[in-house]
Amino acid sequence: MDLTNLTLKETSEGLKSKKFSSVDLTKAYFERIKKLDKNLHAYVLETEEQALKDAENADKILTSGKGSALTGIPCALKDNFNTKGVRTTCCSRILENFIPPYDATVVKKLKEAGVVILGKTNSDEFTCGGSTEHSCFGPTSNPWDVSRVAGGSSGGSACAVAADMATFALGTDTGGSIREPASFCGCVGLKVTYGRVSRSGVASFASSWDTIGPLAKTVTDAAMILQVIAGHDDFDSTTPNIPVPDYLKNIDKGVKGLKIGIPKEYFSEGIDVGVREVVMNAVKEYEKMGAEIVEISLPMTKYAVAAYYIAAPAELSANLARFDGIRYGRKPQNEGEDLLDYYFAARGEGFGDEIKRRIMIGTYVLSAGYYDAYYKKAQKVRTLIIKDFEDAFKKVDVMITPVAPIPAWKIGEKMNDPLAMYLADAFTIPINAAGVPAMSVPAGFVKGDGGVSNGAEGDLPVGIQIIGPQFSEELLFQVGHAYQKVTDWHKKRN
Amino acid sequence: MLSEEEVKHIAKLARIRLTDAEIKKFSTQLTDILEYVKILEEVDVTNVEPTSQVTGLKDVMREDVVGDGGNSVIGADLLKCSPLPVQNNQIKVKPVIKQ
Repeated sequence: MDLTNLTLKETSEGLKSKKFSSVDLTKAYFERIKKLDKNLHAYVLETEEQALKDAENADKILTSGKGSALTGIPCALKDNFNTKGVRTTCCSRILENFIPPYDATVVKKLKEAGVVILGKTNSDEFTCGGSTEHSCFGPTSNPWDVSRVAGGSSGGSACAVAADMATFALGTDTGGSIREPASFCGCVGLKVTYGRVSRSGVASFASSWDTIGPLAKTVTDAAMILQVIAGHDDFDSTTPNIPVPDYLKNIDKGVKGLKIGIPKEYFSEGIDVGVREVVMNAVKEYEKMGAEIVEISLPMTKYAVAAYYIAAPAELSANLARFDGIRYGRKPQNEGEDLLDYYFAARGEGFGDEIKRRIMIGTYVLSAGYYDAYYKKAQKVRTLIIKDFEDAFKKVDVMITPVAPIPAWKIGEKMNDPLAMYLADAFTIPINAAGVPAMSVPAGFVKGDGGVSNGAEGDLPVGIQIIGPQFSEELLFQVGHAYQKVTDWHKKRN
Repeated sequence: MLSEEEVKHIAKLARIRLTDAEIKKFSTQLTDILEYVKILEEVDVTNVEPTSQVTGLKDVMREDVVGDGGNSVIGADLLKCSPLPVQNNQIKVKPVIKQ
């Protein structure tokens, strides 16, 4: 029996019924990581010794008949989650030796639930990017084609789950950073409602857009993980005190009678034919299951990327001001004569290109004389994007769209054209602007050039994006699970 | 167009030292990005309020007391994260004002 290709639900049942132990499981995962990760590079740190100790401990808890659904489950964390005593770099040189003195709230919750942490996964530096190429550790490869990107910024987490190198992983999503790599690698990725999961102890990129969520093998698995990590936290004042429902309670309800909106702007120019085909086939499945399909419009869609690339870098430039080589991280090689010199050196040496670009955009749009024209304008456009979604959800229960207009591209292809890379987020960014939840669910394959797949080897996975109103995660699971009951795209492995 | 001089100025504000090659490269790339975001000029935002928070929370208050963040973390643990020498519970940095 191959333990690593089981879902979280199956693994949890296997552990509870003593078919295998957490130590067996953990060893099986490290064996697989050692075999595959040389080529894929999903992990930037493996914590094998501690993981085996935690697995032994989990087995003791399980033997005593106690434990939660996650006890003994091996998982991975994106390298921007603070892990007490374990190096956390945000994949940036400036934090290359940072050892956090405490766990992020979600890490604490997972540890209390009894998970086994296998290691930290690769990401774009400070989560800025859509391909995991902007990492000081180098890129992560796509498990379906190692010459292609895994997507990003949670590319390491998506790759680890899709290649069965972790039962699940956590990532962060500010403009698509969970959903896009999930789509590119072929796993489920959930971007929660803004504020549903505490961000305390997770390095911030754009504080009013950032969210934390699971990358998982199935929709049910994602629901089981969110159950543990969701909820109000005193240490994150942006988490509303809204009760966390039982996410599995209605997961089998199906979609009969539900109204599913298809926003026409997400199917217009720029979308590859193969991607459109995959999404429309999924829509047909939903129609067969009794959902009503409604064409709708989100007219502000085309402005979301521009609003984001003003507002998010502005927030980033403020958040990253704390990385100065003084309170954390590394000393610059050339410390200079005075404090100012030290700052210039620490930040000049410590940040990579994409971070430098975005800090400078943020600094520019916030500077005197430009604030109203750029930053304030972007925030007003954001208000209109929110209104788009509010209007749409008066007419439909959920929406289905592509996750990205294109499949995973070749490593290096877009490195000198940041704007082209930004446009790959055109369908994920509006969701962060509105703060609503959305989930990427594997739905088929396309050719490497975006053409319609004929089932040939080397084709690339593509997901659909299911979008709901704020705090409707329960409904998203219901809709996503209905699809996974009648299709097997989520079971495909390379 | 963002000139190389402007890039140098922004980098200075952001406390980032750039090489000449970087200044040249970023001048083109940042110009592209700023040109692209001009698309927002098409949008009429008359009487539209800006959004800075999406879930409607407002003025979340707490007592202003020193705590441990729920993690038994004390100041000394945080000071250990610094790559610089610590003296009297303070991080010793380079001179701020030249003599």
